[in-house]
Amino acid sequence: MSLKVPILKLYDCLIVSIQWELDDQMAMMFQEDLLSKLYETEAKGIVLDLTFVDFMDSYIAKVIGDAINMATLMGAKVVMTGLQPSVAITLVELGIHLNSVSTALNLEKGLEQLQKELGV
Amino acid sequence: MQKKSSVEIVTEWDIVAARQLGRNKAKEIGFGTVDQARITTAISELARNIYLYARFGNIHIEWIEEGDKKGIKIIAKDKGPGIEDVRKVLEDGYSTSGGLGAGLPGVKRLMDSMEIQSEINKGTTITITKWLR
Repeated sequence: MSLKVPILKLYDCLIVSIQWELDDQMAMMFQEDLLSKLYETEAKGIVLDLTFVDFMDSYIAKVIGDAINMATLMGAKVVMTGLQPSVAITLVELGIHLNSVSTALNLEKGLEQLQKELGV
Repeated sequence: MQKKSSVEIVTEWDIVAARQLGRNKAKEIGFGTVDQARITTAISELARNIYLYARFGNIHIEWIEEGDKKGIKIIAKDKGPGIEDVRKVLEDGYSTSGGLGAGLPGVKRLMDSMEIQSEINKGTTITITKWLR
């Protein structure tokens, strides 16, 4: 019954846009899918766009934060983009800071930032 | 509109059902997007606590009124192991699950008030409320 999060390759980047509310299994599956896609495609960077995410609890934040750390361990640069104000507010109030994660206001700025970080 | 509704928490899918019900209720009552996200997140955390620690329980969501104030009240109830030291679980950074879940201090910050009643081996009832501003 779970929907997969689409992961698209654009030049040497992966573009991921989470478009619906993730349940626990979807979140775990997303983690594995992202890492295997990264391995297969040898992409250098990932833009993880959360424009359409209107809520994030500590579990989903942990899975996403872990996925970013894992991808970084594998050698990719990751930029998280498009966090809505309500999501940023609730995450910080909840006590989740995701300090080590590189972020940008939107997908466009995230791609620019990634290109810079990759030295393209 | 129904003033009260509740969701049994048995599987992890029920966590999703509880928070969706909470979001819909919050929207009906007239909460804005930020408060809707706060309420949805708080419910998700409480439902997950039930699922992780007590295995099952229920989340009860209610529209409340006091004078001309309107708000939402959520009661998370389980017959699980109970909380040994309620004061301790309200300290930031305290966890018995090894880092899963932001814990109750986070939930408290998202809401206007939180009340915990717990008895060892009998269960826990957590009541949270938020008022419309």
